[in-house]
Order: sequence, then structure tokens, then C-alpha cells
Amino acid sequence: MITEEYIREELKKVPDPEIPTISIVDLGIVTGIDVLENHNIHVTLTPTFAGCPALRLMEDMVKEHLGGIQELGTITVETSFATTWTTDLISPEGHEAIKKHGLAPPKRNCSNITMELLEATPCPYCDSDNTKMKSPFGPTLCRSLHYCNNCKQAFEGFKPVG
Amino acid sequence: MDSIAALKELLYKIADDQLIIGHRNSEWTGLGPILEEDIAFSSMAQDKLGQSEHIYNLLNQLGEADADTVAFTRNAPQFHCSQLAELPIGGYDFSLIRHFLFDFAEYLRFEALKTSAYQPLAQVAKKFFGEIKYHTMHANTWVHQLGKGNEESNSKMQESLNYAWNYALGMFEPGPAEDVLIKENIFIGEKALQDQWLAVITPLLENSELTIPAKADWAPIYGGRTGTHTEYLQPLLSEMTEVYTIDPSADW
Repeated sequence: MITEEYIREELKKVPDPEIPTISIVDLGIVTGIDVLENHNIHVTLTPTFAGCPALRLMEDMVKEHLGGIQELGTITVETSFATTWTTDLISPEGHEAIKKHGLAPPKRNCSNITMELLEATPCPYCDSDNTKMKSPFGPTLCRSLHYCNNCKQAFEGFKPVG
Repeated sequence: MDSIAALKELLYKIADDQLIIGHRNSEWTGLGPILEEDIAFSSMAQDKLGQSEHIYNLLNQLGEADADTVAFTRNAPQFHCSQLAELPIGGYDFSLIRHFLFDFAEYLRFEALKTSAYQPLAQVAKKFFGEIKYHTMHANTWVHQLGKGNEESNSKMQESLNYAWNYALGMFEPGPAEDVLIKENIFIGEKALQDQWLAVITPLLENSELTIPAKADWAPIYGGRTGTHTEYLQPLLSEMTEVYTIDPSADW
């Protein structure tokens, strides 16, 4: 029996292309799974950032992964803004996965992004709060740049998005 | 003008503004005064280009050509961007002031559009609003720092503000069907947006020891929304579309 839950578990095997320790499910971008007639599957994704270059790649990765499961029929994937992605949608497992990649997980923001929120982001190496934000823009759209005054290391954060 | 035509006009000016300012932002890639600023303008360029593509997609759903065709095959007179967006990057002082004036307007525009009666636009506005928050934070940090920095930094910022001001007012050029957009709850209209913008940026500039030009000198530079542009737009378009012009099927 193919259920939504089964598909969700399968999609946990699809990694984010830029931070491969986190799955697209734990990242919170899978906003809809429809199990249709003949085991056809329709998956809805919501973009992390409008300018994210990995949008189409992620659609293809979902199609490829589910397409490899024999029991399933036709796989269709759609990207929709109907549900707005925020970093509050990242699961607790997702936070661990981000940390494992060496990034500071985003603080909970309730769609209220302020400079204060970005300051004192806990260091992913030593957990100190004695850190400073150097720039809200990092090497990819989802990352910010920080410096830890405690362990004297530069680090990157997964920036809170509201 | 019917509401679909009015909506298209609104979408074109938003998307063209994003595309053109996005291209200008990208001109700082590799040239930013410090690494973090280089990355900041490059990231904002990426945001703006992504946002413009999604708005062009909305236009495509309304029967216009696809995003690439619309972005890469029009000439300057067919563009609806404000003249502020197309001005060359100039010095860093001008780029920061333009960034401040432009992004606070965009931030408020998308905030208003979050409740637009046109649902597809309301959905993307909600997303863009969250992203542009970072742009306004960045702009305000630098305007504040340099406005209050020293005499030289303050006077450079003030001169750029004076130069940019009437172009910035030009962003709020009324469209041909403001009444339709307002009546149909699609958008609050340019006049209301300009009032909100002034209310937000005035205290921020004062706080940064920068002075808005005297009201008697305000002379909004209109025209961009109807295809009248500065001499700077066509060269930008020629550069932006160079690869597409050589090979429209090029893939990268």
C-alpha cells in the first residue's frame, strides 16, 4: 500500500544539493504529497529562495528518486509559492544535520527578522554565544558569515528566513 | 483599461525593476570594496534576478511570452523599469544610496502586495518580502555607518542622495490605471506607496545625519514606466543579452 507517509520517508533520502547532510523533507520544502490513481505521485515543493539555482535540480532529484521505485506510476513535481518557506519549517533533525555540515542552525524567528536575531548566533564548533555576525550574505543565498570570539574561528550560519 | 491590462502593467514594472537593478548589483561582483560587500551585492543580484523570473512567469501565465524571451529580446523603449534602477553603479556611495532608496520601496511594495486580491502575486510577494528584509537591513547598516562616519563619508553620501533623489521619486510614477488596481484590491497604488516610503526612510536618514532635499526642489523624474529611459539602459541590455543574441538556444 503506497501512502503519503511512505513517500515522505522515501523523500527523506533526497538530500539538499548544497547541504547534503539535510534531506529536503527535514529542510521543510516538501509541502504536498498526493498519491493518485495507479500510484501516480504528485509532489509539491516550495522554494527556499526565489533565486535559488537548485530549484529545478531538486525537482529532478525528486523525480529521479521516486521514478526508481518500481511500484510507483508517473511522478510529477511542481514548485509552488502557495506555502511560504521559512526556516521555522526546518525539523529538529534538520537542525542537527545543518550543524553536522559545520553551519550554525537558524534561530526560530516567527517571521520577525532583526539584526539582534542574527547577532550571538551560537558557534557550531564550541557552542559559545560570544559571536559576531560579519555579514548577512554568505557563499550561498541561505548562509550568513559569523566569527566566534571564543574559539577564534570564522563560521557560517544557515540564516533565518521569515 | 481593464484589470488584466492594469495587472500586467504593474507586473512588468516590478519585474523589469528587479531584472535591471539585479544586473547593476551584479556589476559589483569581483569589484566590491571588501569581500563581504562583494558577496552582499552578488547575493542581492541573485535574489533580484530570481524574483524577476518568477514575476515574468506570472506574466507568462497571463499570456505574455516566456521569461527568457521577455527578459532578453526587448529593447530599451519596451522596458518599464524606473530610471533609478538603470543608472550606472557609480561609486560605492551612490550604489549604497540607490540600494537604500530602491530596496525600502520594494520592501514596502511587496508588503502591500502580500494582501493583493491577485493570489499568485500575493504568494510570491510574501516570499520576496522575507528576502528583501535582508536587503534593507544591509542598506540601512551602511547608510547609517557612512552617514555618521566622518565628514568625508557623510558628504559623499549626501551628494549621492541629492543626485539620486528625483530619480527615486520617479519610482512612484503613477500608472495608467491606478484607480483600477486600487478598486480591485490588487495594489494600494503608487501614491500610497510613496507616502509609506517617505514615512519609513525619513527618520532613518535623519538618524544617519543625512538630509532629504528641500521639498521645493522635488522634481520626480518620470518616464521609465512608459519606456523613456536614460542613455545608460540600452548598453546594459546589449551586454546582458550578448550570449542570447549570439545563440538563443545556448544552455548554461
